[in-house]
Amino acid sequence: MVTNVTNFSRSGLYDWMAQRVSAVVLAVYFLFLLGYLVVNPGLDYAQWHGLFSSSWMRIFSLLALVALAVHAWVGMWTISTDYLTNMAIGKWATAVRFLFQAICGIAMFAFFVWGVQILWGF
Amino acid sequence: MGSGCRKVLFPTTLPSVSGLSSVKKAVKSQRPVNLDLRTIKLPITAYTSILHRVSGVILFLGIALLLLALDTSLSSEEGFATVQAYLGSPLVKLVIWALLSALLYHLVAGIRHLIMDTGHGETLQGGKLGSKIVLVVSAVLIVLAGVWVW
Repeated sequence: MVTNVTNFSRSGLYDWMAQRVSAVVLAVYFLFLLGYLVVNPGLDYAQWHGLFSSSWMRIFSLLALVALAVHAWVGMWTISTDYLTNMAIGKWATAVRFLFQAICGIAMFAFFVWGVQILWGF
Repeated sequence: MGSGCRKVLFPTTLPSVSGLSSVKKAVKSQRPVNLDLRTIKLPITAYTSILHRVSGVILFLGIALLLLALDTSLSSEEGFATVQAYLGSPLVKLVIWALLSALLYHLVAGIRHLIMDTGHGETLQGGKLGSKIVLVVSAVLIVLAGVWVW
């Protein structure tokens, strides 16, 4: 039974799966970027620009951005439903939680659009 | 689950079948349940779990900073130089190290989650051991990240 209408897929199981699939994408992306920066200590603008100009890196980055949006939403949603409760903060908890989730959702949407602009805007 | 844990749930001193059913009754009863995190003494597994959440929130806030750095560094040669100059300042290094620390901890704790999803380390002892491993491995990585940043 769906008892909370604000989660990502209206199913805990799908949220659980989405969280793990997006986590693996983000882990691979982060490890790649970190590895790239570690093995290229003398990185210059041309090389950096070239990396993010390539189609595969843009696809990889957009994939990471989508994964980030899903992952951050599920995570922030989970935290808000665990801590912003009537027991913890009183009778306005539902309103506060909804507001918090709305801010997280809008922020993540803005991050996503900004990320797309960065990837295709330079 | 090891025999140690079974003994806690169903002590061998339990006299009879009626004893077992009374345990079940107690579990199902409407006794007040304390789930207030502020008044519960937390085990190590709770600390690693909360750190996973705290690091996640820090990263969520850090996205803005990282996107700004990416945006500026890609915008132009001057932008790239600006980001490089910022990365030279001790305060920015500290922020980068903090974000890297959050990321590394979140990654290590996340990998533990994936391992536990396969059914490993789900017992009480396994959970405690896993938490300790997460703390040690992430601490080592965080120190290494600090060395790299400075």
